[in-house]
Amino acid sequence: MGPAPPDSTPLLPRPFRVMRVRRELRDVWTLELEASDGAGPVRFRPGQFTMVYVFGIGEVPISICGDPAKPDVLVHTVRAVGTVTQAVCAARKDDILGVRGPYGEGWPVEAALGRDVVIMAGGLGLAPLRSLVRAVVARRGAFGRVVLLIGARTPAGLLFSRELAHWRARFDLEVRATVDAGDPGWNGEVGVITALLPRATFDPATTTAFICGPEVMMRFAAADLVDCGVPPELVFLSLERNMKCAVGVCGHCQFGPAFVCKDGPVFSYQRIETSLRIREV
Amino acid sequence: METIDDLLSRHPFFKGLKPEYLVLIAGCGRNVHFDADAYLLREGGTADRFFAIRGGSVAVETYVPSRGPVTLQTVGEGEILGWSWLFPPYVCQFDARARAEVRATSFDGACLRSKCDADPALGYELMKRLARLVSSRLEAARRQLLDVYGPGPTR
Repeated sequence: MGPAPPDSTPLLPRPFRVMRVRRELRDVWTLELEASDGAGPVRFRPGQFTMVYVFGIGEVPISICGDPAKPDVLVHTVRAVGTVTQAVCAARKDDILGVRGPYGEGWPVEAALGRDVVIMAGGLGLAPLRSLVRAVVARRGAFGRVVLLIGARTPAGLLFSRELAHWRARFDLEVRATVDAGDPGWNGEVGVITALLPRATFDPATTTAFICGPEVMMRFAAADLVDCGVPPELVFLSLERNMKCAVGVCGHCQFGPAFVCKDGPVFSYQRIETSLRIREV
Repeated sequence: METIDDLLSRHPFFKGLKPEYLVLIAGCGRNVHFDADAYLLREGGTADRFFAIRGGSVAVETYVPSRGPVTLQTVGEGEILGWSWLFPPYVCQFDARARAEVRATSFDGACLRSKCDADPALGYELMKRLARLVSSRLEAARRQLLDVYGPGPTR
């Protein structure tokens, strides 16, 4: 009997082999994984996540940041901040990790068809948006103007520098990066990411926006986008919560009336604006 | 050839101003150009002007011993640089350095203040716009202080 389809055993991790590990920043690594159980690749939509299990240590939700057109390679970019993520980042070629998923509602790319697109990434938030950028670039003609705004603490905190250079070189993408604090070698913008909005070229009324980053950054960014005329139902944010089961059963990631793992992690600002302002949520 | 009031009418800061106000304001302005690394303003210098940036990018800097010049903020096309000309003692608080070639309209602060004194309606309109600018810069500085990209949850 062959391996069970992943969705029939939602809590059972599948074994994935680490094929490549690349250090992105001082404490951030990108891992490329391939299924080693013969059950096929993880077909995902931009913005979805998987649960990555380091055997004997624990499991964490991690956004998929690879190319949706190349599902054979499961790509995760991870910051080593706790016991489990440190163990994930310590994995080396040929190690085996457990993977469940993909889970959740991803970025609604179809809501941006024919419209201008503003993508705002703060810090590690570029990782969950990378799949979206690739999906948009792959169908570039289906969208209006495409603006990618990136914020980081320092120049050393900017992710995917090679890919950024590639995107910047395109004439059909407007890419702007800013840091909260520059250094002598930095020739880009200095200031908060929201300060980039008035400098970017897009028509707010016909724009769909996608934001990922620290929650407070997303709150400010979404409010500024709506203030300048982007419809709140077309501003999308990816939330991070303490996801455990990933299938909407355990309740660890409850966010007001929603479960982030099942109903999110991507929500429209219109849906969650009130909850975002409730401190207890 | 475009006049300064033509250029101002397209600048976001002046957008929507009555044409007669644009002419009055333009009377205090002149178009200027700075090469990369040239200083538009110097910390401690007389704050006798401000700039409507029309192209390029300016770093607002201060000098920190042992660190050298530190960029606090960058100001670019469509934005305004400088408000120390509004209040005594009219002294610049920071350096402003062109990061690349800059095109701007420079306004004589004393000229504009006297026109605002003579026409309170113009003064009120201009001060509302400047207050919004100062408020948005203050809000941005507060957001910067939050250090939102600092360490997050540990898992």
